[in-house]
Amino acid sequence: MSFVNNLINGTNFDHKSLNALQKVTLRAVVMSFLFFGLVAIEGMIMKMVQTGPVNPLPKMFNHPEHYFSIMTVHPIVGIFGSTYQLVFAAFMFLVPFLTKKPLYSVKLANVVWILITVGTALAWIAAFVWQYAPLYTLYWPLPADTKQFKVIGGIVFIIGVALIMIGTLGFIYNIYATIFQRVGVHKNKTTKELLISGFGIDGMLNLFNKLRGKQPYTKEPALSLPVVAIFRGTVDTFLDAIVILTAGILVLVYLVFDASGHPLNVAAIDSLLYKNYFWWGLDLVADGLVLIYVAGSWYLLATLITGQKLFMENVARAALMLELLVSWMVWSHHLLADQNQPEMMKLISGEMVTAFELLTQGLALFITLVTLWKARPLKMTPPLAYLLGGLIGFGLAVPAAIIQADMGMNRILHNTQWIIMAHVHIALIVGLYMTLYSALYVLWPIVTNNTKMYSKKLTWIHYWLYLIGGVGMGAFGGMAGLDGMLRRHLYIHGEFNPLMVFAAICGSMVLIAWFIFLFNIVMSVGIKGLIGIFLPAEDKSASYGIEPETVAEEHKA
Amino acid sequence: MIFQSSIELLKFHNVAYTIYAVMIISIIAWFGYNLTRKEKVPSKIRIPFYGYIGFLVIGGVGHHIFTYNTIPWVEQDMKRAEIKADQSYKFEVKDHKWIGLPKLPIKVKCNQTIRFTINSKDLVYGFGLFRKDGTLAMQMQVNPGTDVNNILKTNDIIWTFRHNGMFDMTSTEYSGPAQYSEDGKDLMRVDNFLEVTGCSNGGAK
Repeated sequence: MSFVNNLINGTNFDHKSLNALQKVTLRAVVMSFLFFGLVAIEGMIMKMVQTGPVNPLPKMFNHPEHYFSIMTVHPIVGIFGSTYQLVFAAFMFLVPFLTKKPLYSVKLANVVWILITVGTALAWIAAFVWQYAPLYTLYWPLPADTKQFKVIGGIVFIIGVALIMIGTLGFIYNIYATIFQRVGVHKNKTTKELLISGFGIDGMLNLFNKLRGKQPYTKEPALSLPVVAIFRGTVDTFLDAIVILTAGILVLVYLVFDASGHPLNVAAIDSLLYKNYFWWGLDLVADGLVLIYVAGSWYLLATLITGQKLFMENVARAALMLELLVSWMVWSHHLLADQNQPEMMKLISGEMVTAFELLTQGLALFITLVTLWKARPLKMTPPLAYLLGGLIGFGLAVPAAIIQADMGMNRILHNTQWIIMAHVHIALIVGLYMTLYSALYVLWPIVTNNTKMYSKKLTWIHYWLYLIGGVGMGAFGGMAGLDGMLRRHLYIHGEFNPLMVFAAICGSMVLIAWFIFLFNIVMSVGIKGLIGIFLPAEDKSASYGIEPETVAEEHKA
Repeated sequence: MIFQSSIELLKFHNVAYTIYAVMIISIIAWFGYNLTRKEKVPSKIRIPFYGYIGFLVIGGVGHHIFTYNTIPWVEQDMKRAEIKADQSYKFEVKDHKWIGLPKLPIKVKCNQTIRFTINSKDLVYGFGLFRKDGTLAMQMQVNPGTDVNNILKTNDIIWTFRHNGMFDMTSTEYSGPAQYSEDGKDLMRVDNFLEVTGCSNGGAK
């Protein structure tokens, strides 16, 4: 098949054969990877600026308004526009797939990706056009500071973020409505039984009964473990959406009053109290839903790849519950440099409870590795390789954060590049995204009706470029943090070279990897297929029925 | 073992974490290799599940016990309200400008403990001291208070200087682009903010 023919028609992709659930999943995936490209370009611009005069970019990128506008939207586009979209798409497909029940509403799923896409675009426009740049932390009263920012920029930004959160609430509703639907295998289950299983209480009772030498509470829990993880993580997604929405409303009220010529007193809001509230919610993303969703994804991938039961499943169920409780009590590690924060909150929430994340994530890593080990020998397929990459990512990123969540270390690491590069970027780029790539390659044949990937070679080139680039960028950035480089500061003279040059080279590898991945996908589905994904589905059904067991066959050595 | 300065701690941390990073990458790579070998590789090491859990708990909690006992500023910071400093400095920050700074550079004798108290009149800022090579010696956040009940939050930190050197100061928290000039200069940076003399154990640590 010629290159042009492949580009237009793909390999054997037929969008007309897709049902409504498959199409809505792929729509969100497409938007997610487009936003990923945008966020990678933004990241590279910032990295290039940090390399100093050697960078070939126009001088306008060195201007503080421009630079911090990019820094403001970078996490919005990355976390919400890309990651949330991809995770939501995967879960709105997986819950019907794993429970063998249809998705509650395909219409709502369409509303979700549209709202998140439009919301992300609005937030980006606010920064691009009006240079609204309070950063994602929105430390009070900076987002309402109309001396530095235009009111219109703030209003558009907040509306954008609000749309993302409303979309998020739509996802949450769809997931829970699907789980609690009493059809198919859950026809005879009560809401109470599904709730008990969703919160992992059945796993805890099984462990408790085992210790007492009694029969298990249930041999077949109502919900499979990955669905339990989705159920549990979505609790944090909900709480986080509420916090961000309410903080957004507060900012909006101040901006609207300002625009009307009657500005409110920003000092009426206690900035430390606001910080506590906002970080409590924001941290439910970083230390809540991400870790829980990731653990659940690892368990799912390990069982799909091996075709075997998960090692110590009851412990895993109970650990997910522990992870949920831990995620509600760890926000103070973001406030260890705040001298007014009560010392006991720093000690208990900031240090001790936070340290439990080492336990919960270490447990998930162990259970996943043992499950894979028990099924050896396996074939090194892309899903397995990406899964191992994801494990490396969190194996590096979680201890990097635990080290800083300490009153001694925080004094010299807070707000430096250490936390944003060695922890956040490695956790997201390597840990989370490699896990998601693994899921993508596992689900690819199921979601696309066995579409052949254009090039396996390109898949592996993407893998190595992405892994080495992601780890390298995080490592060099982290080292610069140890040398005193701040994370929210403008450096335009190459103060931390050659580390920033190395970080930029590694960042370029991530960007090139994204181009290669995108090219491989476009060549597989073709431009016609890509457009077809966005056309209405002829088959309106909202479920898909390939047995999960069939996936494991491909990984047998 | 007691870390005498933040630079010693950063070096230790750099080495320890690098060793860990190499180790975890190697373990997963080795695991992946053995997982996919054609013949079924026998398990050479058996890691007891509850032993592993214990290791994680000890690692998480032990890290804080270690730092509490080896980093001098942890206990000092927690008990700072009861500690009498050798010198105290109080100033404010507003509109990205430091107001009421003392005569600079602040002269500090070796092993003196200094208290800095800073009030913000508008935004959230930071306060950080940097060595001339750019490394961070210490920092804190500077939060504004609420004027509804006339509460102005004071942000205070005490620090004992154990090495000679000249330190620069700037805000370590982003407070909007107004912190910088159009050509990217940090307008809140104060060069030669504090000088430590009289130590016999070398400078700039």
